[in-house]
Amino acid sequence: MTRLASPRRRFSGKGAAVLAVAILAIVLPFGLDAFQLTTATFVLIAAIGALGLNVLTGYTGQISLGHAFFLAVGAYTAAVLGGNLHLTAAIWLPAAGVVAALCGALVGPTALRLRGLYLAIVTIGLVFIGQHIWFNVPGISGGPGGRSFPPVTFGPFDFAPGQQLTLGGLVIDHNGLYYYLALIILAAAMLFVWNVARGRPGRAMQAVREREVAAAIMGVSLARTKMSAFVVSSFLTGVSGALFASYLSFATPDQWNLLLSVKYVAAIIVGGIGTVWGAVLGAIVIFALPAVLQSLIPESSSSGLPIDDIASIAYGGLIIVFFVLEPRGVVGLGGRVASLWSRVGAGGGVSQEAQTIDRSEATWAR
Amino acid sequence: MTAPIQLLFQGFALGCIYALVALGFTVVYRASNVINFAQGSMLLVGAYLVSVLATGLNLPFVLAVIAAIALLAAGGAAFQMTVLRRMLGQPVFVLVMVTIGLSIVIDAAIPAIFGGNARILGDPWGASAVSVGGVTLNWVRIWTVLCTGLILALYFVFDRYSRYGLAMRATAADEEAALAVGVPVGRVYALTWAIAGGVAAVGGLFLAGFPSSVNPALGDAALRAFPAIILGGLASPPGAVVGGITIGIVQVMSSGYAPAWLGTNFSDVAPYVVMILVLLCRPYGLFGAAPVERV
Repeated sequence: MTRLASPRRRFSGKGAAVLAVAILAIVLPFGLDAFQLTTATFVLIAAIGALGLNVLTGYTGQISLGHAFFLAVGAYTAAVLGGNLHLTAAIWLPAAGVVAALCGALVGPTALRLRGLYLAIVTIGLVFIGQHIWFNVPGISGGPGGRSFPPVTFGPFDFAPGQQLTLGGLVIDHNGLYYYLALIILAAAMLFVWNVARGRPGRAMQAVREREVAAAIMGVSLARTKMSAFVVSSFLTGVSGALFASYLSFATPDQWNLLLSVKYVAAIIVGGIGTVWGAVLGAIVIFALPAVLQSLIPESSSSGLPIDDIASIAYGGLIIVFFVLEPRGVVGLGGRVASLWSRVGAGGGVSQEAQTIDRSEATWAR
Repeated sequence: MTAPIQLLFQGFALGCIYALVALGFTVVYRASNVINFAQGSMLLVGAYLVSVLATGLNLPFVLAVIAAIALLAAGGAAFQMTVLRRMLGQPVFVLVMVTIGLSIVIDAAIPAIFGGNARILGDPWGASAVSVGGVTLNWVRIWTVLCTGLILALYFVFDRYSRYGLAMRATAADEEAALAVGVPVGRVYALTWAIAGGVAAVGGLFLAGFPSSVNPALGDAALRAFPAIILGGLASPPGAVVGGITIGIVQVMSSGYAPAWLGTNFSDVAPYVVMILVLLCRPYGLFGAAPVERV
């Protein structure tokens, strides 16, 4: 709702920034080595899922730790349709979203009865019950040993490892193809969520987040709003899960665990809850950090501790330090910089944007 | 006909551990509305502390346990005072994320320091057992039940009759009103974390008892205590006890009697299935009350 108040003259500046980010994202793969490009691709795929979670948790205020379940549903839909039935990605990629959305529609009604952390814990149950199913139905998941996932194939385009695409002298390899596919889907998803959030359904969602009872009294249908949040969120998540598994090419049931859900929640909070860019920034921080930490720590570490463990310790420690220092997330950090800038420029006064962030955070705190 | 009684006893003993874990959750939640996701990691630390003190430093077992309880209680309070206190007034979910960060650090630090292999707990019971009418009662389990009973009794007496127990209840009822009448709310928060730490040390120690051992996967038990706290109602300590024991019995009974078509290891998810069924009937748990909504 506060979004409507932002002055119009800021648009040109924002538009230029978006254009710059888009151009940077398009040329980025040519400056990265294979390991970095793989990490960047996983980050983009995760950002699609984080955007989905942000619709549910960030905009509508329904705290869900069941994201791993919806990712798995998307992934296994892709596996069954693409791997078992040999359909093209043009079918299984949207289908992964639709099947996950159907599951979201089944889970949605519980959110009508449960609130806050109760819903969070019930969705934890979803992750465990989901894992139990994946472990016990080998026809879908390959059982405890895991299964392979189909590479993306669109007509003449083949994204399997070893394949490459030559476009006027530019060679785009397997990793690059997945990178651009994820980038296109992410851009479409961002545009979609941005439009949903600033329209009537988005305002209803934010009203439900701020005060459920007040929203209901004003005529917002709680049932419809929460259900649509669950459906939109799980659709994006399902697509993200299908892409993730396809790029990974092999996954076991225990990968869809609670820690995966926690990472997504961490991503949207780190980025800044209830903002489109926050989900993307948070996904970059949370999903690129382990790889960055691992590459920073020298292979022959003198302490003798395993690198994975050191990276995890640093990861958890950074999460703690980050939230202690800047509870509003990266977007809050941006607001702080902006307010500092305007104070320097205009000689005092906090920018309007920083104020609106403060206000929305304060009401969300209840 | 002894098999069901055998399972019932095992379930009850496991349920006592869950009750301790759940008590740690609810004490913190009741005061500050924060679900401490690091509770499982604190169990892990408790088990390793006892193991190190008893087998590494060769302390007598009782002394090792008491030292572990004191250390973990101090650690919990210290974490609250140094980290969480800076974040008063921030959204609850940000505080929850900080506890998740803590659990990531601990869960990685334990195997990094001690390695992934199992350690000996150093307890005097081992696998020894006493047989009563054909039912085998392991001494570890008997002591689990006794110690849980003692700790719960101590906690409820403290909560009901002591000055700080009253302060805890006042903070739970209304933080601002409690502040206004002079309750040291900051100290109450630290106290709840100390209780959570102390209880986790005992829970971790018994969790590592026979037939288990001290290993990095112990903390997972806290994930199974989530259904227990939900079953009883997040903010209700007696509910935590009832929920914990119920979940323990459900888990062990379903490991013995679940039909094959439910899949292998169904007992691990049975607590969650029970939780969801209960919540669909009573959205705030068996003992929880719906909060009053003000517009």
